[in-house]
Amino acid sequence: MGFPHDMLSGLRRDPRAKWVGVVLVAASLLALPFVLAMAGTAWVRITNLAVLYALLSLGLNIVVGFAGLLDLGYIAFYAVGAYTYALLASPHFDIHLPWWAILPIGAAVACTFGVLLGTPTLKLRGDYLAIVTLGFGEIIRIFLNNLSEPFNLTNGPKGIWSIDPIHVMGIDFGSTTRFAGLAFSGTIKYYYFLLVMLVVVIVVNLRLQDSRIGRAWEAIREDELAARSMGINTRNMKLLAFAMGASFGGIAGGMFSAIQGFISPESFILTESVMVLAMVVLGGMGNVWGVILGAVLLTFVPEVLRYTVAPVQKWLFGRSLIDAEVIRMLLFGLAMVVMMLVRPAGLLPSAVRKRELAVPHDER
Amino acid sequence: MSAEAPARRADAGTILEVEGLSKRFGGLVALSEVHFSIRRGEIYGLIGPNGAGKTTLFNVLTGIYRQDAGSIRFEGALLAHPTPDRIAALGIARTFQNIRLFANLSALENVMIGRHVRTHAGVVGAILRTRRTRAEEAAIERRARELLAYVGIEKRGNELARHLSYGDQRRLEIARSLATDPRLLALDEPAAGMNATEKLELRKLLGAIRADGTTLLIIEHDVRLVMGLCDRVLVLDYGRNIAEGEPRAIQRDPRVIEAYLGKAPERGAGA
Amino acid sequence: MDTFLQQVINGLTLGCVYAVVALGYTMVYGIIQLINFAHGEVVMIGCMTAFSVIVALAGSGLPPIAIVLLGTSAAVPVCMIVGYVIERVAYRPLRNAPRLAPLITAIGVSIVLQHLALLVWSRNIIAFPQIIQLKLFRLGHSDTSAAISNVQVAVIVASVVMMAGLLLLVHRTKVGIAMRATSQNPLVAGLMGVDVNRVISFTFVVGAALGAVAGVMVGTYYGIAHYQMGFLLGLKAFSAAVLGGIGNLAGAVLGGILMGLIEALGAGYVGDFTNVCFLDKFLPGFSNACFASPESSLFGSNYKDVYAFIVLILVLVFRPSGLLGERVGDRA
Repeated sequence: MGFPHDMLSGLRRDPRAKWVGVVLVAASLLALPFVLAMAGTAWVRITNLAVLYALLSLGLNIVVGFAGLLDLGYIAFYAVGAYTYALLASPHFDIHLPWWAILPIGAAVACTFGVLLGTPTLKLRGDYLAIVTLGFGEIIRIFLNNLSEPFNLTNGPKGIWSIDPIHVMGIDFGSTTRFAGLAFSGTIKYYYFLLVMLVVVIVVNLRLQDSRIGRAWEAIREDELAARSMGINTRNMKLLAFAMGASFGGIAGGMFSAIQGFISPESFILTESVMVLAMVVLGGMGNVWGVILGAVLLTFVPEVLRYTVAPVQKWLFGRSLIDAEVIRMLLFGLAMVVMMLVRPAGLLPSAVRKRELAVPHDER
Repeated sequence: MSAEAPARRADAGTILEVEGLSKRFGGLVALSEVHFSIRRGEIYGLIGPNGAGKTTLFNVLTGIYRQDAGSIRFEGALLAHPTPDRIAALGIARTFQNIRLFANLSALENVMIGRHVRTHAGVVGAILRTRRTRAEEAAIERRARELLAYVGIEKRGNELARHLSYGDQRRLEIARSLATDPRLLALDEPAAGMNATEKLELRKLLGAIRADGTTLLIIEHDVRLVMGLCDRVLVLDYGRNIAEGEPRAIQRDPRVIEAYLGKAPERGAGA
Repeated sequence: MDTFLQQVINGLTLGCVYAVVALGYTMVYGIIQLINFAHGEVVMIGCMTAFSVIVALAGSGLPPIAIVLLGTSAAVPVCMIVGYVIERVAYRPLRNAPRLAPLITAIGVSIVLQHLALLVWSRNIIAFPQIIQLKLFRLGHSDTSAAISNVQVAVIVASVVMMAGLLLLVHRTKVGIAMRATSQNPLVAGLMGVDVNRVISFTFVVGAALGAVAGVMVGTYYGIAHYQMGFLLGLKAFSAAVLGGIGNLAGAVLGGILMGLIEALGAGYVGDFTNVCFLDKFLPGFSNACFASPESSLFGSNYKDVYAFIVLILVLVFRPSGLLGERVGDRA
């Protein structure tokens, strides 16, 4: 396999080749929605969902992948961001703030929740933290479901609808715009918007990882006591990871609100937290590209299943025996078990994580 | 929680002053009224039989355990219930008896992490890669490489800490501690598991560290190393001071000989 | 006072169920420091299996007690097998891995078990056939006095018997000694000739058997079952185990009973304490809600599921070792 490998590494070393690669990737990402739209606009919508999940997973990656804190209630921050957006840009309270004001507010509110949860609990050991965060996620969901009385804050299980779409410089993301002979539907415009956000979040992730802060997180993950003895304030560092992850979750939640136009507590159940965690874990904790791969796979595979499971069963048995959704969840659960057994560091492991998970630790 | 009380400038020549330090674990008295002081620039040895409380003393000094009674003054300032990270920030660094490196990180990264406490880049700096952050990063790496060279493992920088030989791991741990710019460096059995050549090199390294202005506190079992290296030695047994003084005097002290070799058959338990 | 007494009786019954489930968590944790996240699903499988047997036998003319016992005796071995398989497949290969790994496989196993149950027993809430005539024993003279039902008595008695049996097993038998030795130090226990793997399997199997009985009790007490019932039940029982001090058998029992009481009394009373209708004089926004239901309160019984989590968080923050435990949920 010498030749292609040599060629690849040769390309990597050449800075011009690197830029050509970046331009090619950028061009194909820009053209992607129009190509997908030919197969059906549903695929563009699913792509948006994948990018949204990638944003969310990259936020969780800071918590789980970088700082090594297992958060099973991450979706709560997404929910907080989503509801913040919905309440500040919908007829529910008849408040209609612009997106550039709400997204930071959502991030700040989610961050506050993150700090509130993190401050008392971050000294707990990993699996306890997981359970507490899980409980926190459930608490948030129960509150969302019930805060319609006596004062109607969340409108309960019915949810909030008619949420304002994003407007950028007079362009309404809720409707189709024609430009240069191309029809930019709302979905496609959101795609570009999300893509820009994704690039920003990727850069933030990569730069954090390769910084004084990122190294401190690595140290805490490796050996907390040694990290403390080297002068790292582990509590603050963990809190920082938690708060940052929460903020990203809040922003992603705001985008979810704007894109969907409707939210209800149903969107923020535990399964969603587990799903996002699975994206991070299956893709490769701590590796930005692995996490994105995880998000894309776990968004697209179920959709593909949805379109294939029923026909395949009809062809095999003459009728549909098992719901696509059930098969999806069964495969998903099995994948989590199998991946941990055979490839614990994920599909695209981060170098350090791979080494950590390869060595048996006696007692952590 | 403030870690320091107003400084008491008792003796500019004293870097660490410990008085009446006691620590119990349930019914077990690990330390009982331990007292000593270390002068700036000396190499101070801490010896004693197994279970004498040496490592417990280290753990109290570095904020891992909290003492039940007694006081610790570092550079004249009282350390009141400090945390390990605060201790490192104040200028006391340590190594561990059973080496605790960041095993899956490279040697260089290990030392770079040691610089954490003396550098400042925050989240914003890291994300924006400001000029100041980049300069700081470059300085961190430069200093880390210097320290690797200083302890003599500059060629091992890119290797994973856990792939290093035992002796090199001990050196790396020292380099990592030095990266925190300590004024007092506490080493828990730095020569454990080393062969004669390595011990000789270690001795040279420790001498150099002292010559460069860092005070050293060393727990060591190798009596020859302690006697040859240390300016003064404190002997602990059953968590109490038994003797303190220059190595040669200590060696002849009957209490020390008794502690190590035993004397009468009816040795009281604990007391 | 009658309402209070009634809530105490209800809470005690619920608490006994929690205690039995909590024992499963605490045993496994005590021996390998692992949160067996899938334990709630084992309880659910037990409940569902018993349901199938009871439905099949409902018209057979057997006495109701016999039917329930047969259902239980089917659920127990099924759950034991499930517990054994979970440990072998999802936990044993990862025993020396970082803690994150078995936690994730456990979540995976939970999802798989839930959806297998969905395939077998449908995604609907299923109702247990009412084969046992509910009898109420009034604890007073009027018709509004607090009462305890025959099912509640059965649940409490069965729980107490099982807890006592478990304590005897752990403290009076050879395998119990092996379990305690393994929980102290698996390596040394192994050197002393204890087959550590067998002991761990045994622990899972016993925990699963208790879970199966708990499942039957939940099913017959509430009369309904659902493929997702294990999640919340498991989480509350786990919280109970933490409250009592995880790894400590007596702690699990105490924690379970307290958790049941907290939930029952919380659902009954926190609503009254947080009734906000008096506010409508000051805040016009409240008047509509209060007109519709004068009982409007901030935290009514619809918040009952929150209490377990709040207790869990408070315990872990203020007393991580739990009420009776010595093991600390702090970093190890």
